[in-house]
Amino acid sequence: MSEAARGRWTLATLAAVVAALFAASLLTGPAGLDLGESLAALVAGEGEAAVLVMREIRLPRAILGLAVGATLGLSGAALQGYLRNPLAEPGLIGVSSGAALGAVLAIHAGLSAAFPLALPLMALAGAGLAVLAVLALAGGAPTAGGGALTLILAGVAVTSFCGALTSLALNLSPNPFAALEIVFWMLGSLADRSFLHVQLALPFMLAGWAMLATLGRGLDALTLGEDAAASLGVRLGRLRLLAVGGVAASVGAATAVAGAIGFVGLVVPHLLRPLVGARPSALLPASALGGAAVLLAADVAARLLAPGQDLKLGVLTAIVGAPFFLWLVARHRRGLA
Amino acid sequence: MSLLAVEGLGATLGRRRVVDGVSLCVGRGECVGLIGPNGAGKSTLMRAALGLIPAEGTRRLGGEAVARLSPVERARRAAWLPQEREIAWALSVEALVSLGRGPWLRPGRGPGPADRAAVTAALARTDLTAFRARPATALSGGERARALIARALAQEAPLLVADEPTAGLDPAHQLSLMETFAGLAAEGRGVLASLHDLALAARWCTRLVLLDGGRVAAEGPPRAVLTPERLGSVYGIRARLDWDGEAPVVQPIATLRPMGESDVGRSGAGG
Repeated sequence: MSEAARGRWTLATLAAVVAALFAASLLTGPAGLDLGESLAALVAGEGEAAVLVMREIRLPRAILGLAVGATLGLSGAALQGYLRNPLAEPGLIGVSSGAALGAVLAIHAGLSAAFPLALPLMALAGAGLAVLAVLALAGGAPTAGGGALTLILAGVAVTSFCGALTSLALNLSPNPFAALEIVFWMLGSLADRSFLHVQLALPFMLAGWAMLATLGRGLDALTLGEDAAASLGVRLGRLRLLAVGGVAASVGAATAVAGAIGFVGLVVPHLLRPLVGARPSALLPASALGGAAVLLAADVAARLLAPGQDLKLGVLTAIVGAPFFLWLVARHRRGLA
Repeated sequence: MSLLAVEGLGATLGRRRVVDGVSLCVGRGECVGLIGPNGAGKSTLMRAALGLIPAEGTRRLGGEAVARLSPVERARRAAWLPQEREIAWALSVEALVSLGRGPWLRPGRGPGPADRAAVTAALARTDLTAFRARPATALSGGERARALIARALAQEAPLLVADEPTAGLDPAHQLSLMETFAGLAAEGRGVLASLHDLALAARWCTRLVLLDGGRVAAEGPPRAVLTPERLGSVYGIRARLDWDGEAPVVQPIATLRPMGESDVGRSGAGG
């Protein structure tokens, strides 16, 4: 099978898996509706309570699972390609920690209790400010070389600072309930999200995806290094703005509605890279689908494993993701030996 | 019309003046060798000439000022092979070489028959046809270098600028690479390559430019540039020179002064 054919087959398989998991997400929940009831409620609007459950609770949750997962997978693949570093993940450039800080401040100040959308809005603002700070620190055109490295350093600095401020807010939290809410929010979850959340986050995610989707050829050329890529006609300054802007918009929105969910953006591109011939451009769509599949599966698993316990999504992805990452490291070592 | 023409080129890295007042041109059918000791400014000169770093002076590619060309137009006029042999991901050799077709692809379109033909020809020229499906990161150092050369050849630009392309190649592949360059020149294209092997430069280049301390110390046919006096004053070596055999011989025999001293002298002259 040729490389291109194998790539198409990989994408088709992933798309089928995502569709199946999306359906599974719609059919999973404590309401105990059977398949017929669920479909009748969703499509035809039959049965008052069932319609409410399907259309107002499960559908937004499934849509967010799909979109947040695709965002994390796509952003991880784009950042790894841009930085030419397999350890890059969406949180590296300060977006997630900035969003977390905004959300925590909203909880801390009591805004989220007064106005439900204050939390995601503050989180979006935090993500935007964090990325502007990273871009200002890292400088504009990467003509002097080391463009990727300065971006990583600036991202680490901003991430640490946002983390410190988040800890401070936790430290000074006015009451134990606010502290608990902050901690739970930071664990990441898709429970109890409404279509308002979808409406708020989806436009930013779509804009981010559109920016990241243009990167393919530039990322391919960057395989040869920044100098060679520039000589092949790639505008490095524009590539950097689109990569950082796309990750900021989509991951900022994803974190704003779902909290911090780790490991998906790191592990999924890793896992799929060999299946697409390691080409960064081919990895973008594959990783987006793979991220969506992993997050939908994790969200279904969280509901099945501990019904009524509200097992947090970020906890589950980290518990499964970390050992999996160790396995990848071990396999890499065997490959080198 | 020359493929590459720079006049009064000056470039600064950090606070160091690396290239100063260099004029140079490469015409069709020429294979120009850029020679000079480490730190003479060869790489910086080539990067500045291609518009990859800011520089003073006029820089023209195919008669057009570099600053007026879009990055893609520039890539269609000149291919650049950097000294760093970076391959970040385990692409197949064929996919890696295909990256050279980037400037010719239309937006949203994959490679066409002309692109595939260029890639096949480049693989054949670098003796890599048998390796086309292998991951490029699994190749040996010399094979990797050849894969990157093939990438630059597949770009099919009128001008090829290469930074130490023969480094790390075995003797057979060094010769075949220089034959390839001579072949490109014979087709009416131009090559500018920095070289440390003076015998290869003497035999295969139509013209040599000797760089020392960021300035042109000598320029002309190999026999006129590579004289015992210049090898002594610029490289600090005594060499056996023989121009009468089947191929020219330039065999370094001994250094003329301890290396420490020469470094002090050179930094005083501006690096």
